[in-house]
Amino acid sequence: MGSQGGFYQSKEFLDLVKSIGEARSKAEEDRIVLNEIETLKRRISEPDIPKRKMKEYIIRLVYIEMLGHDASFGYIHAVKMTHDDSLLVKRTGYLAVTLFLNEDHDLIILIVNTIQKDLKSDNYLVVCAALNAVCKLINEETIPAVLPQVMELLAHPKEAVRKKAIMALHRFYQKSPSSVSHLVSNFRKRLCDNDPGVMGATLCPLFELIARDVNSYKDLVISFVSILKQVAERRLSKAYDYHQMPAPFIQIKLLKILALLGSGDKQASENMYTVVGDIFRKCDSSSNIGNAVLYECICCVSSIYPNPKLLESAADVISRFLKSDSHNLKYMGIDALGRLIKISPEIAEQHQLAVIDCLEDPDDTLKRKTFELLYKMTKSTNVEVIVDRMIDYMISINDNHYKTEIASRCVELAEQFAPSNQWFIQTMNRVFEHAGDLVNIKVAHNLMRLIAEGFGEDDDNADTKLRLAAVESYLRILGEPKLPSVFLQVICWVLGEYGTADGMFSASDITGKLCDVAEAYSNDETVKAYATTALMKIYAFEIAARRKVDMLPECQSLMEELLASHSTDLQQRAYELQAVIGLDAHAVACIMPSDASCEDIEVDRDLSFLNDYIQEAIEKGAQPYIPESERSGMLNISNFRNQDHHEASSHGLRFEAYELPKPAVQSRIPQTLIASTEIVPVPEPMYPRESYQTTMPSIPSDAGSAELKLRLEGVQKKWGRSTYTPATSTSNSTSQKTVNGTSQGDGASTVSSMRETYDSRKPQVEVSHEKQKLAASLFGGSSKTEKSPATGHKAAKASSHVVEKSHVPKSSLEVASEKATPAQQPPDLLDLGEPTATSTALQLDPFKQLEGLLDATEVASAVNGAPAASRSPDIMALYADTAAGIHNKNDADLLSGLSNPSVTNMPGTTAMPQVTQSSSKGPNPKDSLEKDALVRQMGVNPSSQNPNLFKDLLG
Amino acid sequence: MGIRFILMVNKQGQTRLAQYYEWLTLEERRALEGEIVRKCLARNEQQCSFVEHRNYKIVYRRYASLFFLVGVDNDENELAILEFIHLLVETMDRHFGNVCELDIMFHLEKAHFMLEEMVMNGSIVETSKANILSPIQLMDKAS
Repeated sequence: MGSQGGFYQSKEFLDLVKSIGEARSKAEEDRIVLNEIETLKRRISEPDIPKRKMKEYIIRLVYIEMLGHDASFGYIHAVKMTHDDSLLVKRTGYLAVTLFLNEDHDLIILIVNTIQKDLKSDNYLVVCAALNAVCKLINEETIPAVLPQVMELLAHPKEAVRKKAIMALHRFYQKSPSSVSHLVSNFRKRLCDNDPGVMGATLCPLFELIARDVNSYKDLVISFVSILKQVAERRLSKAYDYHQMPAPFIQIKLLKILALLGSGDKQASENMYTVVGDIFRKCDSSSNIGNAVLYECICCVSSIYPNPKLLESAADVISRFLKSDSHNLKYMGIDALGRLIKISPEIAEQHQLAVIDCLEDPDDTLKRKTFELLYKMTKSTNVEVIVDRMIDYMISINDNHYKTEIASRCVELAEQFAPSNQWFIQTMNRVFEHAGDLVNIKVAHNLMRLIAEGFGEDDDNADTKLRLAAVESYLRILGEPKLPSVFLQVICWVLGEYGTADGMFSASDITGKLCDVAEAYSNDETVKAYATTALMKIYAFEIAARRKVDMLPECQSLMEELLASHSTDLQQRAYELQAVIGLDAHAVACIMPSDASCEDIEVDRDLSFLNDYIQEAIEKGAQPYIPESERSGMLNISNFRNQDHHEASSHGLRFEAYELPKPAVQSRIPQTLIASTEIVPVPEPMYPRESYQTTMPSIPSDAGSAELKLRLEGVQKKWGRSTYTPATSTSNSTSQKTVNGTSQGDGASTVSSMRETYDSRKPQVEVSHEKQKLAASLFGGSSKTEKSPATGHKAAKASSHVVEKSHVPKSSLEVASEKATPAQQPPDLLDLGEPTATSTALQLDPFKQLEGLLDATEVASAVNGAPAASRSPDIMALYADTAAGIHNKNDADLLSGLSNPSVTNMPGTTAMPQVTQSSSKGPNPKDSLEKDALVRQMGVNPSSQNPNLFKDLLG
Repeated sequence: MGIRFILMVNKQGQTRLAQYYEWLTLEERRALEGEIVRKCLARNEQQCSFVEHRNYKIVYRRYASLFFLVGVDNDENELAILEFIHLLVETMDRHFGNVCELDIMFHLEKAHFMLEEMVMNGSIVETSKANILSPIQLMDKAS
């Protein structure tokens, strides 16, 4: 056999495979494949192709797709092939179809019929082939077509069929849980299938079901535990052994399930302690698979209700992993440590050095895992070191996906644990500078809020310092080229709000910088908008402080540019700026109070301040206001009301207050009218009307008057009036601008949003205080621990206290629920499927069931304590192959790689006969002799290509 | 889901077998294979056999000229997947006898059949070599 190809393969096929195999470049490979496509297109539709030939063509199609080219021209032939009588041809057809088509492909409908037929076949291999296809090709709509047959097959005499039927049902559950929700009890039934393969497969759907709804499966805890116990005691068929471990993959699946079931459930967990402890003791820690099971045990132990003894075992294994030379084991160790420190934080202490080694390892995978661990163990005492490291690493990588993740983690940790404002600002600056465009915009908004509000302390002085620090650092950073847009928005906002607040920097300094920003990032409208608004604030504060305002020439030219901008938003802001500059100090102080971004703005919704004015106007002969509902026939209403509010105009009287004016309203106010009637609160730049300043802060007046005007006169459209529109745009838009975008809008929008965040932040602040306290007593942090190992004691106490605390309420609850349902539980345990079982049988039943799993011979061998005997033929066969192969095979031979691991594994197990295990397992002298021989042979054999594999496996 | 895909790629980065357990278009497969193969092939023997990629992990193992790459969800036990790869190789070895890259190329469908027995719906369902190989042997006999 081997590389010479099968008996039925044509020379053509062999040549194709060889040429693909020998292709030295992607281009060459592509050429071969394109050629092949042409050939096949011609050949495959010829009449009367013998089926062996056709099978070969189909495999060639598989090659074409595997190498990245489209083979859709041949799909139909693959579909046809599923009809074939020959099993091999049929199965190849099914294979090709599952590789080519997804479940929504049009051709699927042609296969469903074939599948239905094949599911009824007498030949169980045909049924298996069809079930494979069912798993991959049946979608939600076609489930009913095959469901009844799949259900029947669950009881098929052949275990292979039952296993695949279970998986088909599993697939249906994944696709459409509702369509099979009444059938999930079948999974429970199949758990006690006589065949361990079926039982093992059933664990997959059960795992998923339990992950979704733990409580419905608590009754199975005893069964799972007893299955695991028997697996660990080698009572399954030897065929499931892998590297001397009894059915390790089943053990792992069971441990995963137990971890789910025992999470936060003391009673369930107590059932598991013994078996998990046994596995800890029995596991062969010298083989990869043994370590895989051990790792799963740790995951389980850290998920279930804590047990000191098991935690100790877990900690031992972790320290062995971390001390290992194998990077794989170190990786697993770091991961396991991350799980365990949640329960016993003190164990990180003893591994600091190992952790730091991993952090500095050139291997990226290991490094990332370690960062994940650090993230989990960050405290206020070590946050500086950890976040610093994280940022350094973030800067060094190019992978945007991971960069985003680590940036958001940095922000999260910084917000949660920042030791000082100064540090917080610096940290955020670094994050924004290097990953600004990758972080969520909300992070930027949060930062602005934090700077505005301070850290929630009463000390105003500290807040001022925080702001000053921010301003200083931003002025410095602005010198850097190419800053991310999000970061610039933050900078502009902060400079506008606080740039001149404490007199450290003059208005011309700040405005100069802001103009530079607007100029340097002229493609970024959002940044320009932020800069413009910031400029307005600076000037407004200057005016309010009765200082002389000299607009810088560059600022003037910027404004001129913006006044003619294509962006109405920018235009509006520019006009607004012009308007504000024209006002007097008192007016400006009203509309733009300094440091008022956190103040509530009270909106006079009744517009009561206008009453006098209206009275006066009516006396002068103006028409009274007609409510909207009464003028529904009028043409200009729809113009006048914002488009969003059509529905309002069509319904009856509106009793609620009018909303804040919309930009559309603004733009449509006839300018001349406004000027002449003097209703508009803020005059146009060229006609300053200070006398109306009192109305300025109240936005609604504008709306009211505007309505009035519009009704009276025709619509004269005029762009460019800015006045208060930003406020409205911010108040109801969700765009970025909302955040402190414009003068008064600032207030309005931030106030509402701030109230929320303030509320939500408050508890958070408290938590972090608590955490900080806890942390101080818990753990010195990775930097600190090096110096003060004494803190460890406290840590242990505190942590265990915490753990207890957190579990107390739960466990008492559980106790209650247990009491409530003691009668129900036993039957469930007994008989997985049938509720009629009696409670006395409960204890025995799982064992009985499982005894059925073993055939008599297996049981006998297990009892005799000579399990190796049945295994040895397998091993010998494998070795015979290896030994022979070494001489015949060339370098490309897989075996050279393969043999290494098997060799390395063997000495490991033989060299360390496990005392604890020896009684049950029994060292097999024959085995070890063979292994020795093999090792010697391998040792002198130069064919092993990858000496490093040894390391990998030995570790 | 667990296992998302299984790839066999030689050290030149050419795909020798690809099985996906979630549907990807041809373009997506090509892009993904290119990306992860580049990532994995660049690593040396001392480094971990695991690579994080986007929101999942790749566990890989090299046998002579052939790389076995398995894409798994983040909560999967990496060491177990590493041993699963080895089990697959041992199984192929038992069937082909000293399996090599060309064996897989000439008997692509058989390698797929083995995978079909071992993994369904992205979960490992069979680990007994005898059970994995028996349908294939029966088919060989029949034809």
